[in-house]
Amino acid sequence: MENQNIEQEVMLTKEDFASDQVVKWCPGCGDHAILKAVQDIFPKLGKKKEDIVVVSGIGCSSRFPYYMNTYGFHSIHGRAAAAATGVKLANPNLSVWMITGDGDCTAIGGNHFIHACRRNIDINLILFNNRIYGMTKGQFSPCTFRGTKTKTSPQGTYEDPFNPGELAIGAKATFFARGVDINPKELSEIFWESYKHDGIAVTEVLQNCMIFSNGVHENITGKDVRDDMQVKCVHGQPLIFGKNRDKGIRLNGNQLEVVKIGENGITEKDILVHDKTTEDTGIHMMLAHMMPPHFPVAIGVIRDVKAPTFNDSLDQVIENEKANSKIHCMDDLLNSGSTWTID
Amino acid sequence: MTAKSKVVALEHVVIRFSGDSGDGMQLTGNLFSDSTAFAGNDFATFPDYPAEIRPPQGTVAGVSGFQVHFGHKPVHTTGDLCDVLVAMNPASIKANMRWLRPGTIIIFDSDSVTDKALEKAGYADDPTVDGTLADYQVVKAPISELTKEALKDFGMDNKSMLKSKNMFALGIVMYLFNRELDTVYKYFETKFKGKDQVIKANRTVLDAGYHYADTWELFTNTYRVEAADLEKGKYRNITGNTAAAWGLMAASEKSGRPLFLGSYPITPATDILAELTKYKNLNVKAYQAEDEIAGIMSSIGAAYTGCMAVTTTSGPGLSLKSEAMGLAVMTELPLVIIDVQRGGPSTGLPTKMEQSDLMQALYGRNGDAPLVVIAARSSAGCFYTAYEAARIAMEHMTPVIMLSDGSLGNGSEVFRIPKMADLPSITPPLAKANDPDYMPYRRDEKWLRREWAIPGTPGLRHRVGGLEKENGKGNLSTNPENHQIMTELREEKINRVANDIPLQEIYGDKNADLLVVSWGGTYGTVRTAVEGLMEEGKSIAHAHFDYIMPLPRNTEEVLKGHKKIVVCEINRGQFAKYLRMNFPEYKCEQFNKVMGLPFTIGELEAKFNDLLK
Repeated sequence: MENQNIEQEVMLTKEDFASDQVVKWCPGCGDHAILKAVQDIFPKLGKKKEDIVVVSGIGCSSRFPYYMNTYGFHSIHGRAAAAATGVKLANPNLSVWMITGDGDCTAIGGNHFIHACRRNIDINLILFNNRIYGMTKGQFSPCTFRGTKTKTSPQGTYEDPFNPGELAIGAKATFFARGVDINPKELSEIFWESYKHDGIAVTEVLQNCMIFSNGVHENITGKDVRDDMQVKCVHGQPLIFGKNRDKGIRLNGNQLEVVKIGENGITEKDILVHDKTTEDTGIHMMLAHMMPPHFPVAIGVIRDVKAPTFNDSLDQVIENEKANSKIHCMDDLLNSGSTWTID
Repeated sequence: MTAKSKVVALEHVVIRFSGDSGDGMQLTGNLFSDSTAFAGNDFATFPDYPAEIRPPQGTVAGVSGFQVHFGHKPVHTTGDLCDVLVAMNPASIKANMRWLRPGTIIIFDSDSVTDKALEKAGYADDPTVDGTLADYQVVKAPISELTKEALKDFGMDNKSMLKSKNMFALGIVMYLFNRELDTVYKYFETKFKGKDQVIKANRTVLDAGYHYADTWELFTNTYRVEAADLEKGKYRNITGNTAAAWGLMAASEKSGRPLFLGSYPITPATDILAELTKYKNLNVKAYQAEDEIAGIMSSIGAAYTGCMAVTTTSGPGLSLKSEAMGLAVMTELPLVIIDVQRGGPSTGLPTKMEQSDLMQALYGRNGDAPLVVIAARSSAGCFYTAYEAARIAMEHMTPVIMLSDGSLGNGSEVFRIPKMADLPSITPPLAKANDPDYMPYRRDEKWLRREWAIPGTPGLRHRVGGLEKENGKGNLSTNPENHQIMTELREEKINRVANDIPLQEIYGDKNADLLVVSWGGTYGTVRTAVEGLMEEGKSIAHAHFDYIMPLPRNTEEVLKGHKKIVVCEINRGQFAKYLRMNFPEYKCEQFNKVMGLPFTIGELEAKFNDLLK
C-alpha cells in the first residue's frame, strides 16, 4: 500500500503512460502522433493509472493498448465497442478509452459502433481514419472514396463511403469531434473534451497511412491548404477560417455555404456561431458532412450534448431496486414465493 | 369426499392438458401442479406450445399443451405417453395421438365438436364416434355448456363465461385424482384479490366440474397417488432456465464476484436473460446486447474487469460466438457460456429439443482452443450445473460451456431448496495489489491457471488480447517455441480440471452385460428405462456423463468389462464419436433419435432388450 501512495502523490507525466514495449508502427505513421497526444493528456485527467482501461479491436491502430502503461484489452476485429461496454458496465469508475480504425469500426464493427452511440455508454472512442485497411495491406474500407484503386479495387471502387461523423451523429452520439494526426496538441485538447463528456465521445482522427493511402488527407492537412481547408469549431465562436481569416460558414436557408467576409456586404455577424450543445442534430450533421473541394473540413468538437448515460441509468435502476426490495440475498430469493415443506 | 367409484392407488401418472392457444391450458396445468406439490408427490412438468404467437384458432398448429408427470416414487422425467389427456377441442386430440397409449383416459369437451372444428383439425368425422379412439377411454362432457350453465346468474357475456371452461375441466381432473380444491381456491383469492365476483365465478365453475364428475359417475375408478418419500426439507417448483439463472446468482454471491450477463434473445434460452434482468436488487447486471457477438464480447469485457461473466444462447448463437470464445480461451478469463440446445442446423427447430451442439461446443473454434464442457441432466439440476460451471470458470480461469436443452429449460421439476452455506466455496485466484512480481501469464503449478488482475487494482496494470503471448510475462510473442508451450499449457490446464471434478458414477453392476451411456437432458428417460430392466433382472448398468471436457479420470474403468456399450443421444452420435476417439479400444454402439423430441421409455427399453438378446 505504501508504494501505491507514493505513486499517486507524485505528479504523473506522459512517461508514466508509456509501456516498455517497442512501438512497431511504420516510421512516419500518423498513429505515433495520436499515441503521443493520448500519453500527453492522460497525466492531466486526474485519474489513477489503474483506473484507466484502453480497449481496442483489430488493425494497426488497435495495437495501441500494448503501448500504454494502463490496463489494456486488445480484443477481436470489430468488437471493441462491445468489450468496452462490458468493462464500463462492470466498473463505471474506470475511464474507458476505445481505439479503433475505419475498417474495424465502420465495417465489421458497424453494428456495435452505432449501438454504443445510441446507448450513450460513457466511453471515449478514438477512430483512426486512414480510409484504407492497413494491416491486411491495402484493401478499400467503408471510408475509402469512390473510385480509389486499391488491392481489392483495381479498377477503382464503385461504392460511396461512410462519413464517420454522420454515422455517429445519426446514431445519436452525444459527442463528436474531429482532429488531424499532424496536430497532436489540438488532439490532446479534443481528448480532454472527450474525457469531460459524460456518455459516448467519438473522435475521428484523420490519420495518414504512409504505405497504403499516403496523402489521402493531403487536401485537408497539407501546409499550403490547411488554413483554407480546415475550419476550427469553437463553441460560441463564429466559424471563420482561411489564411487571412476572411472566410466563414454561413447558414443560408437550410444549407451551409462558404462566404467571404467583406464581399457582397458580408460581415462577421453573418457567420454561423458554433453551438456544440444544441440537441437538434441538423447543423452538427451538416458540419460533419463538409468536405473539400467546396467546403473546409470541420475540426474540433462539433457536438457535445448532455443526455443520460447508459451506465448511470443502469446503476440508478440497481440502486432503486436494492432500496425497494425485500430480497437481499440468495437465501431470501430461494425461499421466496410458492414453497412447501416436507417433514 | 363422496367418491362412489373405487379408489385405485397408482405409482405415477402422466396427464396432459391440451387445448387451443387461448384455452388457458398453461394455467390449468400449473394449478394442477400446485395441488400436486400440496399432495406431496414428486413431479415434473413440461409446457408444449406453438412457436407462433397467435396461430390459427382451432388448428393442430394452434394446440397448446401442458404436461404433468407425478408420482409416489422419484420422478425423473416430464413423462412421455399420457395416462390422461384433457382435450378441449378436436385439434387437441389430433395433435396428441402420438402420446396416447392403449387405455388412456381422454376427457373431451363434447361441445367443441362442430363441422368447422373438425375440418380445422383435419377430421372428416367426429373422432369420438367413428372408431378413431377405440383403444382409449373417451369421457365426453359438455364442458362449454355446463360452464355457461354454472355461470348463468353472474350476468356475464358468453365469451367471458367460456373463458372459465378450463376451470370446469380442472374440476373434473381434481375429482379423478381425489384432490382437495383448497390450493386452487387459494390461487383465485391471491390472483383476483379485491375482485370477489371473479373469485366466486371461478370457484363456482371449478366446483361444478368436480361435482359433475362425481354426480354423473364419469369414471369407474378414481385414482390416488400417495405422497412421495422425498427427503425432508423445503421445496419449490422450478424450470430449468430459472434454475440456471439462480445457480449463476448463487455462484456470484458465493464467490463475491458481481454477476454480469451479456446476452441476446434466442429461443429457448431467452428466459435466462429475462429471469436475470429481474434481480437488479441482488446487484445482477443483465445486459441485452445488440447481437450474439456483443453479448459474449461485453461479457468478456466484464470478465476482464472482475465480474463473474456469463453469456446465454442457443445453437445458432453459439456459432456466432465462436471467435469470441477463442478470445476468452486465449486471454484465459473466466466465462460461462450456456447453450440451451434446440433442433439444428441453422434455424432448425427453435422450440424443440436436441443434443446436437456437442461437437460445436467441444471444437467449434479456430485454432487449438480447449475449454471445459459440462451438461445439465435435469431441470432442477440446472441450478447445480450452472453453479459448477461458474465455479470451474473462476477457479480455473477458463471459459466453460454449459449444455442444457429446450426440454430442460422450459420443463419444471420439484427442487429441494439448498442453503447457501451448504454450497461449495468458490475461490478465484485474484492477483494481489502491488505484487512486485506480478506477470499476466504467471501460473500456479497445480492448476496452471493465471491470476485474475482486475482493473482498478493498483500495481497490476497489464495488457491482454487475442494475439499469442509470451508465457509468464505476457508480452506479444511470435516465437515458435513459445507458441508450442502456450498451446500445450492451454490444453493441459483444461485436462487438469479432471482432478477437480467427481469420478464418473456407474449405476448398477460395473460388470453388467450392457452399459448404457448418456449425457445431458436424456438422464431421466434413460435412467427410468434402465431401472425398469434392472427390476426385471436384466444385466444392465447406466453411466450418465455430466462432465464432458475433460472426461472424469475413471472413464475408461467405467467403459471396461461390459459385453456391449450403447450411447444414447438426441443427435446422430456425437458423444459416441467422442468416446471412440478417446477410447478407440471400446466398441460403442449408438442409439439416436432426431425428431425434436426426447426419447420415450418404451423405445429405449426395446433397444436395450434387443442389445441384451
